[in-house]
Formats: sequence, C-alpha cells, structure tokens
Amino acid sequence: MDSATAKIYRENFKEISPALTPEEARIEAHRCLYCYDAPCVTACPTKIDIPRFIKQISSSNILGSAKTILEANALGHSCARACPVEVLCEGACVYHQWQERPIDIAKLQRHATQTLQDNGIQPFKPGPDNGFKVAVIGAGPAGAACATYLRRLGYRVTLFEKNKLPGGLNTFGIAEYKMQQKVSLEELERIFALGAELKLGVEVGKDIPAEDLLSGFDAVFIGIGLAGTHKLGVPGEDLAGVWDALSFIRHVKDRNLKPLGRSRTTVVVGAGNTAIDASTQSKRIGTERVVMAYRRGRADMSAYGFELELAQTDGVEFLWNVKVATILGTRKVEGIRLVGTKISQGKLVEIPRSGWNLPCDRVIKAIGQTKHYSLSKALGLKLASDGRIQVAPKTLQTSHPKVFAGGDAINGGKEVVHAAADGKRAAHAIHRRLQPDAELPPGDEYWVSTIEGRRVAPLQDRA
Amino acid sequence: MIDLSTDCAGIKSPNPFWLASAPPTNSGEQVMRAFEYGWGGAVWKTLGQDPPVINTTSRYGAIDIGGQKMAGFNNIELITDRPLEDNLREIYEVKKRFPKHAVIASLMVPCERSAWHEIIDRAMDTGCDGIELNFGCPHGMSERGMGSAVGQVPDYVRMVTEFAKERSKVPVLVKLTPNVADIRFPARAAREGGADGVSLINTINSIMGVDLNTLAPKFSVGGKVAHGGYCGPAVKPIALNMVSQIATDPPTRGLPISGIGGISTWADAVEFMLLGATSVQLCTAVMHYGFRIIEELNAGLSDWMEGKGFSKTSEFIGRAAVNVVDWKKLNLHHKTVASIDHSKCIGCDLCYVACNDTAHQCIAIDRRKGNRKPHVIEADCVGCNLCALVCPVDACITMNNVKTGHKPLSWEEYTASGMKGHKEVYKRMHG
Ligand SMILES: Cc1cc2nc3c(=O)[nH]c(=O)nc-3n(C[C@H](O)[C@H](O)[C@H](O)COP(=O)(O)OP(=O)(O)OC[C@H]3O[C@@H](n4cnc5c(N)ncnc54)[C@H](O)[C@@H]3O)c2cc1C
Ligand SMILES: Cc1cc2nc3c(=O)[nH]c(=O)nc-3n(C[C@H](O)[C@H](O)[C@H](O)COP(=O)(O)O)c2cc1C
Ligand code: SF4
Repeated sequence: MDSATAKIYRENFKEISPALTPEEARIEAHRCLYCYDAPCVTACPTKIDIPRFIKQISSSNILGSAKTILEANALGHSCARACPVEVLCEGACVYHQWQERPIDIAKLQRHATQTLQDNGIQPFKPGPDNGFKVAVIGAGPAGAACATYLRRLGYRVTLFEKNKLPGGLNTFGIAEYKMQQKVSLEELERIFALGAELKLGVEVGKDIPAEDLLSGFDAVFIGIGLAGTHKLGVPGEDLAGVWDALSFIRHVKDRNLKPLGRSRTTVVVGAGNTAIDASTQSKRIGTERVVMAYRRGRADMSAYGFELELAQTDGVEFLWNVKVATILGTRKVEGIRLVGTKISQGKLVEIPRSGWNLPCDRVIKAIGQTKHYSLSKALGLKLASDGRIQVAPKTLQTSHPKVFAGGDAINGGKEVVHAAADGKRAAHAIHRRLQPDAELPPGDEYWVSTIEGRRVAPLQDRA
Repeated sequence: MIDLSTDCAGIKSPNPFWLASAPPTNSGEQVMRAFEYGWGGAVWKTLGQDPPVINTTSRYGAIDIGGQKMAGFNNIELITDRPLEDNLREIYEVKKRFPKHAVIASLMVPCERSAWHEIIDRAMDTGCDGIELNFGCPHGMSERGMGSAVGQVPDYVRMVTEFAKERSKVPVLVKLTPNVADIRFPARAAREGGADGVSLINTINSIMGVDLNTLAPKFSVGGKVAHGGYCGPAVKPIALNMVSQIATDPPTRGLPISGIGGISTWADAVEFMLLGATSVQLCTAVMHYGFRIIEELNAGLSDWMEGKGFSKTSEFIGRAAVNVVDWKKLNLHHKTVASIDHSKCIGCDLCYVACNDTAHQCIAIDRRKGNRKPHVIEADCVGCNLCALVCPVDACITMNNVKTGHKPLSWEEYTASGMKGHKEVYKRMHG
C-alpha cells in the first residue's frame, strides 16, 4: 500500500465512535437508573444483565463488569461495537419515554470489555474434561459462542472453519469503521484460548465428509452462516469491475490484500444494511461518486434509518425505484443501464421506455445472500421453504437429534448478537442432551428475574 | 426594594452570606477579594497563640456521590498557621477599607482566663465587628484541650464564654461542635455564659474511606490519617436539625444563630434562615467553586424574597421553626396515599421493587401486553413516600391527601384518652 493510500485508509477507517474515557464511563454509568426487570435486558438477544454491569462500572469494578457481559455473551466486545443498539438494548431504554438520550450501553460495554482485553485477562476457565466430543462447523460468531460455553462445561470441541482466519462475518463483514478486523481476531483469541481445537482451512463437505462428523463426535453444531451473494441475472455480470458486496468488503478489510484500484463512479445495487456498508466503504476508499440503486422506494428499504443517515453524511447518492437492465462494457465495466420501476396492482413493474445509461467503472451487488444447501443435504437435515435449517426454537436441535444449528444459517441473516445467543443456547441444549443428569449451568435464559421476583412460602397465619 | 441586610447578634452585614472561618478567610487579600465579589461578611480563619501551628500535607479528602464531586468534604487542618500579628494587622486593614462588611475574628486559645483576655484585647484593636469562639474544631486542636474538647463540655463552654465576655466590646458568637449527643446543652451553656449568639455547625468527626489497594486511609499523611472534620452538602440535614433545636428549645429560644453546614445555594441558605438563622456561613461550596458563587447567592435570595413578597430578611427568619415539633404532636389521623401519573411514568419500575421488597407490597404492575407502568393499591398504601423518593421523574409519583373524616389526633392525645375509639388509628394498627 503506498503512503497516500495508507493515509486515506488511516483517516477514513478510524473508529467511527470513539471509546469512552474512564471519567466519561463513570459519569455515564451513574446515569443508569438500575431499572427493575430492565427493558434493555429483555431487548438483548443474549440477555446481558445490563443494569448490573453498569453498576459494576460505577462502583469501579470494571473487570467484574466485563465478566458479567461475557458470561452472557461470549462475543460481548464485538457486539459492543457491531450491534445495532438503536433497535436493541438502547432502543428499549426507559430514558426514551422521558424524551432523553438513552444510556450509552454499547460504549459502556465496550469500555468494560476493552479494559479486560487490554489487561489480557481470561475471565473463564475450561470445565473439567467430561470426555464428550463436539464438532462445530464454522468459526463465526455462532460457532465461537457455542465453543465457549461447551469448553466451560468440559466438552472437547473441534471447530472446522473453511477460511484461513476465524470469525466469519465478524472478521470479514463488519464495516471496518465500526470494528477493525484485528478487534474481532483479538476477541476470538480469548475464546479459543479456552482450549477448543481450531482447524482452519477445512471445509466440511469438501475437505472432509460431513457424515464423518456424525460418527466421530457425540454432537455437531452447525454455524455456517449464509453463502455467496445472489446473482442479478443480467448481461454483463461477469465483467471485470463487478463485485459482490461480501468480497468487496472483505477486500477492504483485509490489509494483506492489494488495495482496490481507484473508482470514479461506483454503483451499489440493493438497499439493505450490506448495501449501505458497501457504499460507505466505497466512499471511504476514495471513490469520487457512489450511487446506491434500489428497485423499490425508500420506505421499502431494509436498512436501518441510522445506517441510511450515515451513508447520506458520507455523500452517497440514492436512486430509488430503478432496476438494473444491463451492465455495460466490453471487458471492464463502463456503465450500467437502469430502468424505472413502479408498483402496479401490487406488483413491481418496469416503466416502459424509461431506461438510461449511467457511466460507472464499478458495480457492487448487495442483493442478499444465498443459503448453503449441500451440507444440510449431506446430513439429511430438514430445511424451511426458504432454505434455512429448521430447528426446535428452544434447543436449536435440527431434525437430526445429534445435530444443532444457529446463527445466520437458521435465521436467514440477522446480527452477530443473535448468532452469539444461538451458540450459547445450543451449547446448553447439547449439554442437557449428553448429560441429562448433570447440574445445569445458569441456563440460557440467564438472570432476567421475572416481575414476581423470588417467591417464598407465606408464613403461617396467626392463630 | 429588597433589603438583604441582616443583623446577627448585633453584627450587621449587607447580606446574610458570610465566609466561614476556614481557608477562604486565611488572609486579608482573600477576604477583600471576597468582599469585592459581594460577600456580606467573613469570619477570619481561627487565630491562636504564637508560635503558629504546623499543618500536615495532605489535609483534605472528599467523597463523590454519583456524578457529584465533593458531596462530602473533610479536613485535618488546624487553625491559622500564620503569625497572630500578621492576621491582626490585616483584619485592621480590611475593616478600614470595608467598614460596612462584617469582619469577625475567630479565636482559639487554651482554657485560661489570661490567655483569652490577652487575645481578645488584641482583637479589639483591629476594629472587628464580632468575635467567634471556636469550640468546634474536632481534630488536632482538640487533642490539645481546645476546639471541640471545650465544646463538648457545657461547663467549659460557659466558663470560656464568660472569659470572653469579660473583655469583648463587640458581640460574641460561640461556634458549636456537632460532635455531642445533644446540641441543646452546649447552646444553653453558651447563653448562660453571656454569648450574644451561636454559630453552628462546625465539622463532624469522620474518616473518608480506606484505599483498597494500599489499605491506607483515603487521603493520608504517608499512609496514616487522624480523624478529620466532615462538612459539605452531605451534612446539611444534620446542621438544619441542630439549628432548629436551638431555635425551639425554650432556654435558648431567641438566641441569634449563624447557620453553617453544607450550604451551597441560596435555597439552602433560606432553609437555615427559615429555621432561625440570622446569618449563614459557607466554606465547602466556596472551596469548590470560588468566591464568585456569591453573585447567585445574593441574586437567588433576592428573587425569592421578591416572589414571596418579603422586603427584609427579618420578615421570614425563623418562620419555619414552629413547624418542627415533637413526634408525639403529629396528627395520626393525617393520611396520604401515593399516586402514579402514567403520562409521566417511564417504566423503570423502581417504585415497584422498592415498595414490594422494602415497604408495604402495595404497588402492582399489570404485565399484560408488555405494560411496565405500575399502579398503587391504595387500600394498602401507608403513605411512607418511598416510591415517590425513588422515582427518577419529577412529579410522576405524588402523595395525595385523603380525607379521613376524623378530627386531628396526636399520640399525646391518643394515649391520654386511653388509646380508644379513634377509628383511623385503630384501622392502621389492627388492619
Ligand atoms: C456486510 C455485512 C455487514 C454486517 N454488519 C453487521 C453489523 O454491523 N453488526 C452486526 O451485528 N451484524 C452484522 N452483520 C451480520 C453478522 O455478521 C452475521 O449475522 C453473523 O456474522 C452471523 O454469524 P454466523 O456465525 O451465523 O455466520 P458467519 O459469520 O457467516 O460465519 C460462518 C462461518 O462458517 C464458515 N463455514 C461455512 N461453511 C463451512 C463449511 N462447510 N465448513 C467449514 N466452515 C464453513 C464460514 O467460513 C464462516 O467463517 C453483517 C453482515 C454482513 C454480510
Ligand atoms: C479546610 C477547612 C478548615 C477549617 N478550619 C476551620 C477553622 O479554622 N475554624 C473554624 O471555626 N472552622 C473551621 N472549619 C469549619 C468551617 O468553618 C465550617 O464550620 C464547616 O466547614 C461547615 O461548613 P460547610 O459545610 O459550608 O463547609 C474548617 C473547614 C474546612 C473545610
Ligand atoms: S407510599 Fe410507601 S407504602 Fe404507599 S405505595 Fe409508595 S412505597 Fe408503597
């Protein structure tokens, strides 16, 4: 990377939200009301005891605070940076009812877990070896979380990961200005230090047969996420300069790869959060003009409002109600032909003779990811009609009793925190299945006390 | 025109705000600057015999509560560490330049008539407006038989006050220590000794904490600390109680009081005055923010008086003292119940857990459809106020009066009439 490019990267990919200083953390922590049966906890898929960890910060027990967080969420540090908290914990904060700024939960969480990380502290110990072996396919958030809880319960865990680096989209997908790749890798290092065996560069179903896992292990957890980006199905899709969003983002994030060449105009197709991430990161690598093109209207886009706002401040342009007809060019992308769309009788239709050419030199497809089918098929798992692996909601057990699954592979693509919650839940379900008589861990429902609180038998009435 | 001037035991000042005897009044230069800012008076940092004392480093500690720094403050400082002559000369100079401001010499010498006569004679030459006898300092000086060692023994208080009155040509205030079981006794002794007024409170014995790493007290002199004197916002309720006790105790009723202890705002000052203080003294708030706070103290007091229709401080001083009575005179037939305003409720449910776990189990939440807003089961509410106190939202939980239809009844009357026939009381006691 030449020094000019290095400078652009340094400037544009520094963390979008700065860390709290210890004083800021203390003051913010003191704002927390310590709600009873707090709505933020209910809103967190991993059910972190938020009021408690915040109180620990305000009472100077930072490491205890980090432990509370990581107890409930093995990827508590990544989540503190990556979670769309506006629609999760912070969105539920009672301060909203007061027309006031919610507690900065994510930043407090980051403060606590960063302190732990900076001190190189491993908060947990592996459990005493129980002899059972569990295979985990995929070392993304779901697999990593599952491995954490299994190791803590004393299971022998082997993770199979087809990539050369662990973390799945936590490592390769999260917008670099939200979380740098090394942050994800540091968190995973802490997780794998619990003693899970990590087999990198091994694709199950290709490098080893999936069936082998069924015979060689007592249980299997599948955390394989989603597969590649959908195809547009238009002429010109194979021209040089046409990217799928995931490869593009991965290329931006991986500093070992040759930086992308300059683009004058990039067109991003789609309007989900991935399209936003592709657009903002296109801008940030120095692209002069970035246009997001979406076939429906603004109201229909699936990206969060706050993400759209970020793209707007980054100077991304938007074209609503347009569809890609052709990607133009002979060897390389030279432009894109768009046609207008409208809704007619509830259906999206093209507006006749509305096509026009937009000159551009890069096209990024961000129209959703497909599912992995072969692995599920090899294991004979039942799938939902849209290709997600079917599981029992409480245990995440698949149609094969030995096999459990979680994360994007079962929810069709949500957030890191959902995958982390699934990994924990599945680990506990595997534990219950393999050792029904063993004492149960705190349980995946965790702390959340019910509104009844603890009950006691009434005292005898006075005679 | 609002007139803020006061007369406390014959000591007049343009407003009731005095700097308490403490580091802010260490030197003439500081006191004059304070007067320029608008302070009405200053009690000089306590003077003693030469050679001057030697102070330690460090000297101060504080506790922060929530985001509030110095909610409580503590010191192990002694009296002035400057030569007596320097202080007396500066008092004289200041008084000459600020004839209308109150300058009070705080004094502390051993309990001998000759020692007190000598220092008071010298203080008289400065032209000061009053004398304050420091019987309050709880650390260091008390180990030498002065300060609170005097203030804790009413006989010494009376005796030394007499010594002072034998020579003083100006009003004598006796500054009391709160480190006693009953503040009324030293106050009575002061009056018997001829004091023109009392100042209170001085600081409270305290240790600020222990460092969990070094195991040394929090702020220490090389790892060790002596107990210090506690002051600042945290002590205000204790001071208010002591002021009201002296204002209402028959032997001391009418004795002028200079109120001290945790005053930070004009409203704090008004509270002291309503309970009977004719002037107020501040230390911690000034040490926290500087002399400039006087601007808001004067402006706030003046605005409040105007809003209330008072033109002179004497019109409201002591007006609330009559509302402090013995428990036995409270009306047992008075009834309030809590009520939660759902338009203000933010659903933190702190009132719920507080009442359910620690009060009377009479707040409920109908959890259907994710509702978080609690309601009060009025029939069971004992009107303790806890829910309203924990609620973070202003005026969301109010305590409303309920008509019981019964005539007022105090414990005094109830027991006198044989504890019978009083419906509301009976219901509360027997369900
Ligand atoms: C561009 C983009 C941005 C995102 N931004 C955010 C964000 O800001 N915040 C947020 O919370 N979420 C974000 N997400 C979503 C989040 O990254 C995912 O929900 C989460 O990573 C899902 O975790 P997972 O473990 O289920 O799957 P993945 O993270 O996809 O991990 C699956 C892992 O399994 C491996 N694998 C697959 N098949 C095999 C096989 N056969 N053998 C061995 N290994 C295999 C893969 O290599 C991968 O490492 C984003 C997603 C994308 C695409
Ligand atoms: C650092 C410090 C030194 C003090 N020195 C004296 C003193 O020399 N003489 C005295 O009468 N009171 C002394 N005091 C007590 C104050 O005058 C005052 O009574 C007390 O601080 C309560 O008021 P506050 O809450 O406004 O601070 C001192 C207080 C502090 C904090
Ligand atoms: S006033 Fe006391 S008893 Fe009544 S509801 Fe509130 S907390 Fe409960």
